[in-house]
Amino acid sequence: MRALRAAVVTFVVVFLTAPLLVVLMASFNRERYLDFPVEDYSTQWYSNLVTDGQWRSAVDNSLLIGLASATLAVLIALPLAYAVHTYRPRLSPVLFGLGVLPFMLPPVISAVGMLVFWNRVGHVGKIENVIVAHGVFFSTVPLITITLGLQAIDPAVGEAATTLGAAPRQRFRTVTLPLLLPSIVTGFVAAFVLSLNEYIIAFMVAGFSVETLPIKIFNSLRYGFTPTIAAVSVVFTLLSIVALGALARFGGLERLLGADLSDR
Amino acid sequence: MSTPAVRDPATAGATAVSPGGDGRGGDDGRERLGWGQRAILWLPVGVLAIFFLVPFGLMLATSFYVRVEGGFYEPGFVFDSWSRLFSDVYIGRTLFSLRLCLLVALLTTAVAFPFTWFLTRMRARWQVPLLVLVLGALTLSEVIVAFSWDLILGRATGITNIAVWLGLMSEPEAFTPGFWSVVAGLAYTAFPYAVLTLFPSLDRVDRELTEAAETLGATPRRTFTTVVVPLCRQALVAAFLLVFVFTLGSNIIAQVLGRPQHWTLAVVISDQATMSANVPFAAAIAMFVTLISLVVVGVVSFAGSRSWVGRDDGDDVVAGAV
Repeated sequence: MRALRAAVVTFVVVFLTAPLLVVLMASFNRERYLDFPVEDYSTQWYSNLVTDGQWRSAVDNSLLIGLASATLAVLIALPLAYAVHTYRPRLSPVLFGLGVLPFMLPPVISAVGMLVFWNRVGHVGKIENVIVAHGVFFSTVPLITITLGLQAIDPAVGEAATTLGAAPRQRFRTVTLPLLLPSIVTGFVAAFVLSLNEYIIAFMVAGFSVETLPIKIFNSLRYGFTPTIAAVSVVFTLLSIVALGALARFGGLERLLGADLSDR
Repeated sequence: MSTPAVRDPATAGATAVSPGGDGRGGDDGRERLGWGQRAILWLPVGVLAIFFLVPFGLMLATSFYVRVEGGFYEPGFVFDSWSRLFSDVYIGRTLFSLRLCLLVALLTTAVAFPFTWFLTRMRARWQVPLLVLVLGALTLSEVIVAFSWDLILGRATGITNIAVWLGLMSEPEAFTPGFWSVVAGLAYTAFPYAVLTLFPSLDRVDRELTEAAETLGATPRRTFTTVVVPLCRQALVAAFLLVFVFTLGSNIIAQVLGRPQHWTLAVVISDQATMSANVPFAAAIAMFVTLISLVVVGVVSFAGSRSWVGRDDGDDVVAGAV
């Protein structure tokens, strides 16, 4: 079993890191084409990223869409999770299901739906279309983290606040919200990172006028490989890993995974 | 899937103290909601309805619309798109997609299950970096995954160059585009989802159960196959089906790493909606894929709602192991 464990874990680590290592090597290679072993290193492809206006605007678009849509996702998820948890309306399974459904279906479904929707509205190819599409699609992520967070709050804490004379609104602001903050941040960061990397919805909703980073990468791939693609992939992967590492330190990672923290 | 516990003693306590000023009341605990509370509940629901249910309805309607040459479509009620979907070409595409996704789901869960099991039994020092690696892979854009596998398996940059350098091969060889590079790319994107689905169930398997089995003389391998696998059978099924749905919706991988004969239905959808400018047909395929996914998601929720790792039946399982 110990041998099996070593074999399985090694295989998975190699499988998951191999593509990243190759991309890393390609990004530092001076030549346009990667020969093994790499002999000449250079950081020119990284400086390309900063100086080339097209890549810059793709990065800006992606960051704007990521931040705005993650905010929207939390604004949808927080009241929904809170209301379903606290007021327990008769329809709660249906309402919660509505929040989870977009994410459960393949993104290409949401993409076609949104394409048809904005065509009908007559508001085509705008950046806000992508923000709304991502915000709705990824709202499931904070919905789940916040619901798990609400369940983890000891009811006695809220009762104590009420006994001491806090009105419901005051109780939410001074007790529930601070306790819920890690779950909200976890949901926000996860939605942000997922939005940064999402391709098909962004492409079909406004891909011809708003170029996000994944769209830019894909378009450049069609015209052949340039090491700038590798450099941008490395930067974005690092960004994602830093965000997740912060969550791990913050303690939100296991929560995100739904691990039972009570027995630790 | 986790469903929310809709029970909060805090509110019940609140009604006892606050003198009914906000319209709460009633002993069944299901209070009549005030205006503010209704707004809190129905505003987000309204946003989801407008930007998910309405587009979905429009998509269904569009699948019956008339396609006009030149890339446009106008309202109507024709079955052109649907009958085209059930022509030989697209039935073949559907069967290919289903077979490919089954294969990927099988391979992915077969590796993810033991991996996640080992992961849950590790010290935090090892567990956290591995989790970050898995989640890092999860957040990678499909575009970047496709691109990196293209580099790895391609002729100019790929692993065969290492084999040539080592003297194992005389000439570099290209594995992409090809069927197995599509499988590798899909498995890569699906693997983190499989781990995330399995993690909670495997994490909750009581340590006492496996220790008991081992105290009674079962080898670790026997404990794994006769205690852990049966306890987590439902999570295993859920992970398998989720990977299946996930790969069914995967769009970029097959486009970059495969030839047109390796395209899945999801690729056909985006191709029809953009390159071929046939939105009604794209909508029809999208509805069809939704149908397949909903059936699978329904099965997952059903399996998930019963996937309790109970302490009660644990004793029997341990007894069965020895």
